Amino acid sequence: MGRIKMSVVTLIIDNKEVEAEEGTTVLEAARSAGIDIPTICHHEKLKPYTACRLCMVEIEAKGRINLDTACSRPVADNLVVRTRSETVDRIRKMLLELMLAHAPDAVELQDLAQEYGADKARFEKEPSFCILCGLCVRYCAEVKKKNAVGFVDTGVSREINFIPEIASKECSNCKECFPLCPTEALQATYLLTHALAFPTTPF
Amino acid sequence: MPKINSPAGLEELRNRILSIRDQSRPCIAICGGTSCHNLDNQSVISAFKEAIKKKPVEGKVDIRETGCAGFCEKGPIVVIYPEGICYTAVKPEDVPEIVSQTVIGKKVIKRLVYTDPNTGEKAVHENEIPFYKNQMRLLTCNNANIDPRNIEDYLAIGGYSAVVKVLQTMSPDQVITEIKESGLRGRSGGGFPAGRKWEAGQKAEGDTKYIICNCHEGDPGACVDRKMMEGNPHSVIEGMIIGAYAMASHAGYIFVGDEFPLTVENTEIAIRQAEEYGLLGENILGSGLDFTLKIKIDGGGYVCGESTALMASLEGRVGEPITKYDHATERGLWAKPTVLNNLQTWVNVPLIINQGANKYSTIGTERSKGTRVFSLVGQVNNSGLVEVPMGITLREIIFDIGGGIREGKKFKAVQVGGPLGGFVPEGQLNLTVDFDELSKAGLSMGPSLIVVDESTCIVDMVKYFLTFLSDESCGKCTPCRDGIRQMLKILTNISEGKGNEGDIELLEGISEVQNKAALCALGQGASGPVLSSIKHFRDEYEAHIKDKRCPALVCDMLSSVIL
Repeated sequence: MGRIKMSVVTLIIDNKEVEAEEGTTVLEAARSAGIDIPTICHHEKLKPYTACRLCMVEIEAKGRINLDTACSRPVADNLVVRTRSETVDRIRKMLLELMLAHAPDAVELQDLAQEYGADKARFEKEPSFCILCGLCVRYCAEVKKKNAVGFVDTGVSREINFIPEIASKECSNCKECFPLCPTEALQATYLLTHALAFPTTPF
Repeated sequence: MPKINSPAGLEELRNRILSIRDQSRPCIAICGGTSCHNLDNQSVISAFKEAIKKKPVEGKVDIRETGCAGFCEKGPIVVIYPEGICYTAVKPEDVPEIVSQTVIGKKVIKRLVYTDPNTGEKAVHENEIPFYKNQMRLLTCNNANIDPRNIEDYLAIGGYSAVVKVLQTMSPDQVITEIKESGLRGRSGGGFPAGRKWEAGQKAEGDTKYIICNCHEGDPGACVDRKMMEGNPHSVIEGMIIGAYAMASHAGYIFVGDEFPLTVENTEIAIRQAEEYGLLGENILGSGLDFTLKIKIDGGGYVCGESTALMASLEGRVGEPITKYDHATERGLWAKPTVLNNLQTWVNVPLIINQGANKYSTIGTERSKGTRVFSLVGQVNNSGLVEVPMGITLREIIFDIGGGIREGKKFKAVQVGGPLGGFVPEGQLNLTVDFDELSKAGLSMGPSLIVVDESTCIVDMVKYFLTFLSDESCGKCTPCRDGIRQMLKILTNISEGKGNEGDIELLEGISEVQNKAALCALGQGASGPVLSSIKHFRDEYEAHIKDKRCPALVCDMLSSVIL
């Protein structure tokens, strides 16, 4: 299938004129112009998930200013994007603090915490290391098409879990999701599930 | 029943039904709504069946289980026709007396009629009871006059005449113009003009278009949609047939949570009957209109009322909201043009068509037309389903219809809009039921009005709402999931006497981020009760935090300290 020729749009990101192909996102446009927008749940091989909310930016369109996730927002002519502002920074700081309650020592989060002045001890340490970015779940479903790991439960009880029947067949030879985990807790989760599900089979 | 193949045929059938029915025939009407079910109306019904056996009235009196009569506080409600004598809180042991004294003897039993708790006045007929007298029941008035499981009852009260009118005399464009001119706004809370949505649905390109009725109501304290659906399902179906005609849709869904078994049952029966009578399916009433309506039973989950989550659930995916930039009227269910309306929006449609937009738009305020049905619950004397004209004040609803606060206690607040809504204190009770007025006050037109008196601790109540949301959020995005988690922890600490200086500010800080950054309306609104309670009842928070004292003596650890 031949690639359909896309039209090019021009938008302003942090006072810089940026050209981007129609159908791409504000995040892609910003990164192509060397402008960094922090993300946790974004992965270029996966569909936008818009769950970590760290990539929220201010977008001015048709005279109205809104906050939106850069990873999902399609580019359009004349969009004016501000990747940093007082509000944006305040949101990112709080989001990071909420995530740091789960994984205070995650390198990726610590780097961002420094940038945004987030205090890793703002909230009491939560028992789970998982910040539910869903990278493992979505990579397994969208790229590997195996669905060996999934979300269970809702609300504050939401967690990820490996499905033993699938994981026992698929995961040993794959483990491609391990390095995607921003809190590096995935491997532990997997090992634990494996151990609980198959106590007699060494990993 | 052979299918009816023309609008004229339906009118013939209606006349036939009316000619057989004797309006003066005695009828014992027992409320069959969910609340009365819970108050054991089934035993009352059995008792009536038993009590008329071998009596002179046997075979000469009908026993009808009706739709929700609305006065849930005093259920089970029994009305004896043709006199219209209304008995409240009827127990099976009252039944033999009702049959001998009222049905046969035509006498009123004083102890069973409604007694106003404030004045001691008795009211024999429904329309004399202040709860009913002060309402404007345009959409709910028929519930008590029909058996929702009998389509002929609906036809007998003029049901489906709006469909007849539309098919015989109106073009799809005219229908949409009528809805636009009526000023009807979506009843889900946001208040988007329904006619404009319909117009977008009509203009959307494609042969496959869907219409959906959102009857997924999960707010604690709210039971409006389910009771309107279960009490008069054909009025919803009628509205949807008119919508299908106007927008050229051939398939529709009624989305109901599986925690409403009676609603599901009555809807299924109604759809089946409408199909049998030729009102749904192919070539409706011989008009050439094909429209299939299905019920979709959802596993439950408050978040599934959010439109993208609702559509995901309908498609068989996990009911989680997604970020979308297309309007559903262009790309909705299965990426096809879709018009999603709340149940209360759909039931207004037959009324508008029958009355005409001009008459309909005389009800309400300048920009909010028609009536609104609320669940009036909490510490009011008369709780239940109340239908009021837009523009009425909250004070009138609570004190004139609701009969004020129980046991002579003092009013503290009314919580408008459920877990995503806010508190309205005494000083703001003149706020009117109007989309724009409520929105200006930071509230939405949610389905419930929860009245609380001085014995309620606001901190405790906010904690309750957050506990609810901590389960009912899908848990997908960080600000909603972890924001609720932390706010609930802070509130729990405050209520246990472990609150710290700065907790209020921290709650406000989390609220701001949640409101600005959450993915969907649930997360964005989750801080509603927190922020409005801090605004109006900051002193209560401070009493908990600084003085380690719960002014309402509700929070356990604290009240034990002072006792």
